[in-house]
Amino acid sequence: MKSIVTHKVFWPSAALLGLIVINAIARPRFVKITINEGHLYGNLIDILRNSAPLMLVALGMTIVIATRGIDLSVGAIMAVSGAVALQIIAGSDEPNNLGVVAAAVIAALVVSLLLGAWNGFLVSVVGIQPIIATLVLMLAGRGVALLITDGRITTVNSEPFKFLSTGYILLLPFAFLLAMTIVGIVAFVERRSALGVLTEAVGINPEASRLAGVRSRGIVWGAYMLSGVLAGIAGILYSSNISAADANAAGNLIELYAILAVVLGGTSLSGGKFTIAGTVVGVLFIKTLESTMLFLGVKSTQAPVVFALVVVVVVIIQSPRLASWGRNAARSRLSASTTKAPTDAEVAA
Amino acid sequence: MSNPQDSAVPPLVEMRSITIQFPGVLALDAVDFSLRAGEVHSLMGENGAGKSTLIKALTGVYAIDSGTIRVGEAEREFSSTADAQAAGISTVYQEVNLCTNLSVGENVMLGHEPRKGGRIDWASAHRAAAEHLLSLGVTIDPKSMLNAHSIAVQQLVAISRAMVLDAKVLILDEPTSSLDRGEVERLFDVIRGLREKGVAILFVSHFLDQVYEIADRVTVLRNGKLVGEYLIAELPRDQLVTKMIGRELDDLSAISRAAEHPVDRSGDPVLRAAGLGKRGFLEPADIDVYPGEVVGIAGLLGSGRTELVRLLYGADKPDAGHIEVGGKPAKITSPRHAIDHRIAFSSEDRRADGIIGDLTVAQNVMLGVQARKGWLHKIPAAEQDSMVGDWIAALDVRPANPNALARNLSGGNQQKLLLARWLATAPQLLILDEPTRGIDVGAKADIQRKVTELSQQGLSVIFISSELEEVLRIAQRVVVLRDRKRIGELESSTTDLDGLVEFIANEGKGTAA
Repeated sequence: MKSIVTHKVFWPSAALLGLIVINAIARPRFVKITINEGHLYGNLIDILRNSAPLMLVALGMTIVIATRGIDLSVGAIMAVSGAVALQIIAGSDEPNNLGVVAAAVIAALVVSLLLGAWNGFLVSVVGIQPIIATLVLMLAGRGVALLITDGRITTVNSEPFKFLSTGYILLLPFAFLLAMTIVGIVAFVERRSALGVLTEAVGINPEASRLAGVRSRGIVWGAYMLSGVLAGIAGILYSSNISAADANAAGNLIELYAILAVVLGGTSLSGGKFTIAGTVVGVLFIKTLESTMLFLGVKSTQAPVVFALVVVVVVIIQSPRLASWGRNAARSRLSASTTKAPTDAEVAA
Repeated sequence: MSNPQDSAVPPLVEMRSITIQFPGVLALDAVDFSLRAGEVHSLMGENGAGKSTLIKALTGVYAIDSGTIRVGEAEREFSSTADAQAAGISTVYQEVNLCTNLSVGENVMLGHEPRKGGRIDWASAHRAAAEHLLSLGVTIDPKSMLNAHSIAVQQLVAISRAMVLDAKVLILDEPTSSLDRGEVERLFDVIRGLREKGVAILFVSHFLDQVYEIADRVTVLRNGKLVGEYLIAELPRDQLVTKMIGRELDDLSAISRAAEHPVDRSGDPVLRAAGLGKRGFLEPADIDVYPGEVVGIAGLLGSGRTELVRLLYGADKPDAGHIEVGGKPAKITSPRHAIDHRIAFSSEDRRADGIIGDLTVAQNVMLGVQARKGWLHKIPAAEQDSMVGDWIAALDVRPANPNALARNLSGGNQQKLLLARWLATAPQLLILDEPTRGIDVGAKADIQRKVTELSQQGLSVIFISSELEEVLRIAQRVVVLRDRKRIGELESSTTDLDGLVEFIANEGKGTAA
């Protein structure tokens, strides 16, 4: 029992569950799931569907943060990815052709991989601080996306492309299944190979890892490439959802929500130990919170205030200083109780 | 040597039955210590005896678990270094902790600058600083930057600063380890001057000669326990050494006998470096190691010992010289290259670049082997468990719990962990930089014994230690460095401690072979 409570993912999961319970009590309709038009239907299913892009971005962010890094460029990469895919589909004569859509998606992912590799190069080879290295692309990326779409919002009408974000398989949203499959693959590779523990070693102590012979450059570089590709997939899901490439709106501020999800999930921003399960819970928490506010009629203009409050609470709970205060308080209580112990014993006797 | 104060005078500092407990280690066990005004008192003991713990208790770095500290008339309870400073206790550390980017005067007067109309009066601050420095016989421009001066001068600046704080007790922790002979003399003159003024001085050094030169009284610690307090004039050197190492003596001489196994130097050396150097880092140096041989590297802190082995391992890139491994030219410009040649390196600072604190004991032990195999080839859990279990048992790592976090282990056990990490990779050459620094006597003997045992089985070792006795005990040959330059090489069998000290001090002109 104790191991369950002290498990990293326990508190985020409890918070998520609490949020759902509050909703269920406030409006039972929130948790109602029905089968409609051959697939599941309801608020919770919408949350799963809408969480896919953030899930993918936060997954990449988790690995990057584990290496002591950060990737601010994910939103911009989403914009570029969407722009590349849409431009190819819009430029073709047959937007409904599966081959065209596949080619567009692959091209977008290759571009995203290259952008991730650029970030990784700046961080692991050139040695620029991650926040600065990825800031470059964060600021420049949307310009690149606008260049690709020639400054317009490219729109398409393509059923196969639309399916990516709005389709259903096995009663569930395709986008959610896709995201969870990728999460599963990444988690499997990290934990079944030695990649996870080597990534943590590099994140905890880069110099000791280098001296121990860990190829830290490759590990860090790979993390940014993974983050780039995942942001690319997120960008495709986003543009598929609106059937358009909006270079300014795609993935706007998603880097910050991804960081929030990682931290909420229990991975420390100082790098090292990471938990992918925690990140998944963190993403679902954020998306449920968003949906809750919508559901309870909180104005979207005020939503950031609620997020700010959540971040403040999480940061305070995670702060080592708070933990040491807690320890000191416990110690002084302990020493107080030892001096009082005889009296207590007498009372008991 | 001036007469130590009459014992009838009550001591300025009196520490009574001081006990400090760390997780799993009783660092100080009911130790008494007194310090009198106008004496130089030396604290002696092997690494891990509790010297630095006692100093940290007196300077407020560590809270004591039981016991009392009296300074002057009042009993004190220090909960911070500021408390200790307020009680008149100042410390000058081995690595000077001043602000190197400020001027000398600013450092001396920091926090005590004279003010005029609410503003700092820099002119009189620098004048005051100059006076303080002059009273110690230092005539440098107080407006010059601190980092423009040598470590020796910086130490004198630190002492001046202590005088500004009106220190009644001055603690000098290994102040001479980076100084040359002339600088030591100058420091000793300053110390004698302060003694005349009635300052109580606690002088910690591992140089026996210096202790006999400057100290009036000595307190010996061993294994966290008090051995006794003696007047230095009444305690011959051999007795002091016996009191310091105590019952470990037999054990250590056994290690020494075992280390005297013959080394075959007829074939190719495991490793040979010729003219290996890097500008501003190390002057080109030669070193070679034969199979089954332990080569010691001796020299003072900052003499280039660590620099030499870092170049050998590729942790830093050399810009001159070449390396042969097993008689064949080898390119070693990164740790990966060294590891590919089955060379292992355990660094000097085990916390900063040795262990991965937040990983478990098992993960730390397996890291070297796993890194070598690559991330795709994860070592199966069962194999990991048995390897880790074997190494924990072989090196007696405590706690023997593979799932404990490495950062919670004591220094000695962290060192064993690093040793296990490297031995698990089956190296042909093991480079150990200060493997026994700051660890307890038991762990230290364990590590020395293990190194000796492995070398008898054919492993080659390069062993660095600040403790020259230790180097002589386990190495067959000793390479001596000074001022980032190799000054010579000695056979352990034909020299003793005095010979080695003499050799280091006289830049190889003395007993040089």
